[in-house]
Amino acid sequence: MHRFANPTRFVALARAVQPWAMTIALATLFAGLWFGLLASPPDYQQGETVRIMYVHVPAAWMAMFCYTGMAGASAVALVWKHAVAHVTARATAPIGAAFTFLALVTGSLWGKPMWGTWWVWDARLTSVLILFFLYLGYMALENAFDDRARGQRAAAILAIVGAVNVPIIKFSVDWWNTLHQPASVVRLDGPSIHPSMLTPLILMAVGYTAFYIWVLCLRVRADINMSKVRALKLRNA
Amino acid sequence: MAVFSGRDLGCERGERLVFEDVSFDIPGGGVTELRGANGSGKSTLLRMMAGLLAPTDGTILWNNIPVSEDADAHRARINYIGHLDGVKGMLTVTENLRFWGELTRGQQTDKQIRDRADLALATFGIAKLADLPARSLSAGQRRRTALARLIMRPALIWLLDEPATALDTSALAALDHAMAAHLGAGGIVVMATHEAIRQPTPKVDLDEFARRAAAKHRAAA
Amino acid sequence: MNGFSALLKRDLKLAYRQASDSLTVLAFFVLATVLFPLAVGPEPAILARIGAGVVWVAALLAAMLSMDRMFQSDYDDGTLELLVIAPAPLELCVLAKACAHWLTTGVPLIVAAPLMGLFLNLDPAGYGTLLLALALGTPSLSLIGAVGAALVLGARRGGALLSLLILPLFVPVLIFGVGAVEAALTDISARPQLFVLGALTLAALALTPWPAAAALRQAVE
Repeated sequence: MHRFANPTRFVALARAVQPWAMTIALATLFAGLWFGLLASPPDYQQGETVRIMYVHVPAAWMAMFCYTGMAGASAVALVWKHAVAHVTARATAPIGAAFTFLALVTGSLWGKPMWGTWWVWDARLTSVLILFFLYLGYMALENAFDDRARGQRAAAILAIVGAVNVPIIKFSVDWWNTLHQPASVVRLDGPSIHPSMLTPLILMAVGYTAFYIWVLCLRVRADINMSKVRALKLRNA
Repeated sequence: MAVFSGRDLGCERGERLVFEDVSFDIPGGGVTELRGANGSGKSTLLRMMAGLLAPTDGTILWNNIPVSEDADAHRARINYIGHLDGVKGMLTVTENLRFWGELTRGQQTDKQIRDRADLALATFGIAKLADLPARSLSAGQRRRTALARLIMRPALIWLLDEPATALDTSALAALDHAMAAHLGAGGIVVMATHEAIRQPTPKVDLDEFARRAAAKHRAAA
Repeated sequence: MNGFSALLKRDLKLAYRQASDSLTVLAFFVLATVLFPLAVGPEPAILARIGAGVVWVAALLAAMLSMDRMFQSDYDDGTLELLVIAPAPLELCVLAKACAHWLTTGVPLIVAAPLMGLFLNLDPAGYGTLLLALALGTPSLSLIGAVGAALVLGARRGGALLSLLILPLFVPVLIFGVGAVEAALTDISARPQLFVLGALTLAALALTPWPAAAALRQAVE
């Protein structure tokens, strides 16, 4: 078995981390949802709808975190030609896209009672939407080649180009938004946050991160096993 | 005399091992043929020599110095003719050659490039086609135009991938003639080929390397 | 700089001989703009309000349309391999290609933009800023597009894929391009937006050749 299909140490690490990540994810997500949905007080301004925030805000954080991770892994993959880094970046993309999608949907659900409409061209929603397209582009490019190595190299370059662009896009969207829509709406991050709301928020953030690590381990191992299978088929061909 | 060599070269393409443990030493003034069955990696090795493809394992050396240490200098030594002709149909034959000359001009003046283009056209017997748009050429004539690029730019190492494809006997003779002149000046020619153009020549036989690698794996297992 | 001028000269010559390609892009630009009055109704006030945005969106889409051809024909006929191993730096080749793309599509769009302003009942006060904004912004479209065009080489359904990759990256240019004209129409200084557009183009000039060249190298690997 040649090197590409056999990054043994990484697989061993992923196998060891996976049950821990799963346990932490399930425990903190359960606790976070219980605190967030049942055991915390409604907001004095937003009422019960504030509970969407516990799902929404950490998802938006994860959307950024996953993109950063993806771009970082891509840079490692290109500079040091490390096969596992490619696999990590590739495995991160759909998870990040799912978090981004969750942030968009919950943002929209929150917008209906707060703003009276499903979609508002709020600066944050708009930049998250564009981030979602960046994820889609990455995944589409990665899968657009018959030669998998080509796809992952091209996608790695795109991830880095995208990462350089994210702050520029964010800046321009903020600028555009303040021009077109004076910031009169209630922001998701209110003035200051009460500890009873902070607890579920932090629990959910930890839970999402652990969930990400759990699914990442799973996906990386599956991906490596798939390439082992392909390599074996090619050897026997 | 300069030596172009490879040490323990390996290549993986799309999770497939194309070849491994391939080594060669090619001295100046000689032709070396790359032999091997379809899929044995002749074109891949040639592209590796040209610097289009980085070896997965091993090193390519010029005078015992890895070429990756000075990729620019290596590119300046290489004339590569691949499968594709790289001829633009909307340009005339002369314009195609002059473009290549200007792109790689170094210190040459426009006059020198024009003269070289004329020489290249004459060498490969396509002077009569000089002002035709390349899209009206036959496959063999396009191949001649591609080969004429060898004359446009002096380079020590010629890497030719199946140069004889679509060539008739007079074109083969022209190529032989051009190669003889290049070798006489101490140049190196490496070509992947099915037909023997000049005999006898040293060979790098990829099938042989594959057999050796397979034997090694059996011994290890 | 030899490589730059040789490639720019060749691309302009090719564009001149295939002038219908550039004209198609221009026709698309006009047609896409004309669709808006048909869709939103002919009231001059509404058209004047959305005019600058419509011109910019149509320009973005038209530039996109021609972008996937930027490296495609060189990739198909083998010229790209030659560019990669030519002694000229590949980053300069990218700049030459992007420059040729801008001269053959960006400039015609800028020239046609006043006519589109007329169709859309744009306030005369906005014309100067619109042209200036297009002149400052469109070069960065060609530069960013070069990265995308290099990335999708050899991909299935490259054209549609390219728009998915590139349009999100065009967002800043669109926002500041339209913002400049709107500022001019409301008697605010458009200088900040124009400065940002210029800065975006300079940043693209400095940054995009590297990923584009890396993408081209891996495309021919």
